Amino acid sequence: MSFRDGQELFADVDLGREKFLNRVFHAVLVAASLFGFVMLVLLILDVVWEAYQGLTVFQIDPVQFLTQPSSSRAERAGFGASIVASLWLMVLTAALAFFIAVGCAVYLVEYASRNRVTRLIEANLANLAGVPSIVYGLLVLALIVNDAGLGSVILAGAIALALLIVPIIIVASIESLRAVPSSVRDGSYAMGATKWQTIRRVVLPQAMPGILTGTILALARAIGETAPLIMVGTMLHATRYPDGPLSSFSAMPTQIYNWTYQADRMFNGLAALGIVVLLAFLVAMYVIAGYLRKKYEADASLTNV
Amino acid sequence: MSSEMTDTTDETLIETGFSVETDRGREPTDAEGIVRSEDLSVYYGNERALEDVTIEIPENQVTAIIGPSGCGKSTFLRSINRMNDRIESCTVEGELTFHGKNVYDDDVDPVALRRKIGQVFQAPNPFPKSIYDNVAYGLRIQGRADEVDLDDAVERALKGAALWDEVEDKLDESGLDLSGGQQQRLCIARAIAPDPEVILMDEPTSALDPVAASKIEDLIDELVEEYSVIIVTHNMQQAARISDKTAVFLTGGELVEFDDTARIFENPKDDRVEDYITGKFG
Ligand SMILES: Nc1ncnc2c1ncn2[C@@H]1O[C@H](COP(=O)(O)OP(=O)(O)OP(=O)(O)O)[C@@H](O)[C@H]1O
Ligand SMILES: [Mg+2]
Repeated sequence: MSFRDGQELFADVDLGREKFLNRVFHAVLVAASLFGFVMLVLLILDVVWEAYQGLTVFQIDPVQFLTQPSSSRAERAGFGASIVASLWLMVLTAALAFFIAVGCAVYLVEYASRNRVTRLIEANLANLAGVPSIVYGLLVLALIVNDAGLGSVILAGAIALALLIVPIIIVASIESLRAVPSSVRDGSYAMGATKWQTIRRVVLPQAMPGILTGTILALARAIGETAPLIMVGTMLHATRYPDGPLSSFSAMPTQIYNWTYQADRMFNGLAALGIVVLLAFLVAMYVIAGYLRKKYEADASLTNV
Repeated sequence: MSSEMTDTTDETLIETGFSVETDRGREPTDAEGIVRSEDLSVYYGNERALEDVTIEIPENQVTAIIGPSGCGKSTFLRSINRMNDRIESCTVEGELTFHGKNVYDDDVDPVALRRKIGQVFQAPNPFPKSIYDNVAYGLRIQGRADEVDLDDAVERALKGAALWDEVEDKLDESGLDLSGGQQQRLCIARAIAPDPEVILMDEPTSALDPVAASKIEDLIDELVEEYSVIIVTHNMQQAARISDKTAVFLTGGELVEFDDTARIFENPKDDRVEDYITGKFG
């Protein structure tokens, strides 16, 4: 007996219901992912519209906006001092957080024996990464700003942001270190390398793109953080350029925040422009991180030939 | 045994299916072996992987280790350069000597030991560094990079590994951009660059095609002028072709026979060895 067409052959198999469910779930999932996309587009459109309003209605001069410090008078206010303060914060935060986090990750992956204590530490890292950022601000306010008497300066803000992102960088670094295949470590040990030589010359170089990607993404989170900086204490208007880590400051997000509740409507236009600048910084950081990750994945796939 | 590894150009197949070229231009030596083990047992947790292995491996010869999967060949190899130390559950009993010194004595540093005993792994594992840096690695970590002419040492090692002609214009390209066979020869170059005394090879050709494999076999033939080579292989033609001595391990981690390769393949004493090499077992 032979069948001429598939319909006849599979007449006893009823897929109608499964196929219907397939289509329903497909539609639901597409709608869910579109929701996120639509919200993002709306958000960006809103910001761009507000910024456009600022430029046209209030005649904000972009050059003055990018180069002048802020002022209590909206016509003279600019974003320059806040941009510089944020750059200072990034550099100090990165310097404080990177070495501590990478050191901690190297210890946990390469040195610590796998016992209950290390498992506890690792589990807590995930918890620390989820602590509300304002808590770190409060901690630094109490210990560094007040007790240690450092005052509301950039360095104090950087300490709060570093505390915030250290766990994030540790988690990313642990992942990259674990991704280094053990065959490569074996290769190094079999050559008569010591543990430190193996870590320094083989493991870290191979894990570094992943570690750097994680660090940049963490810094991208830090650059937009407002709450911990408000706790540490910022200037209402960043009226002068910071001249070092011990200057008082107002970073990009806190300056934007302070502008939004001013009576003069022109400050709202300034805030919208500020958000555009902040978003530009974020996009740039994501692009760098994405580039590194891509390069890293290309390299990693080759190790498995 | 996989049939695709069978070298069909081998004309001298005898009934057992193996050819043995007995004249290797090297006489079996009676001198004391460079590596010896005495009642060596190795455990993973409570599981015994090697049972009372006693063997004496000659200097400047190729010693092949064959046996069915899981019989402890890799375990034995790793116990020579103490790479077993890296496995937490692994414990070693008995003696394993290198130049008469038990390498498991407290005063032997495995790092120092591994500088005299190189290893090539089953799967090529070059470092994600340039070809040059891969080969220079050993000399650099041993702090000898300044004593020797590094460029010269790298060139010699790559020539020794029969890779020089293929890579001489691209020494600064990543070692990972090479083909699998080239990567394996790079790993051999890396192993010989610091000039060890013994080279351990754990199925170095099993991931390679027959052409790349035969290049490495030729290479081993040359390496043995300067080094003692211990090679694990699943390919019995390969063992017969390239080795002077052959050790046969069987399931349970027992060394059942160790003799001149010709004798093992032509006239094994133990029936189980005969069964194994004729493919009736294992
Ligand atoms: N890291 C390890 N932990 C626990 N047991 C192991 C480990 N490595 C090997 N074994 C066990 O020891 C025994 C011998 O293993 P080994 O790898 O030495 O065999 P082999 O002869 O090299 O096998 P193959 O030919 O498949 O490579 C096996 O039973 C294996 O399960
Ligand atoms: Mg093995």
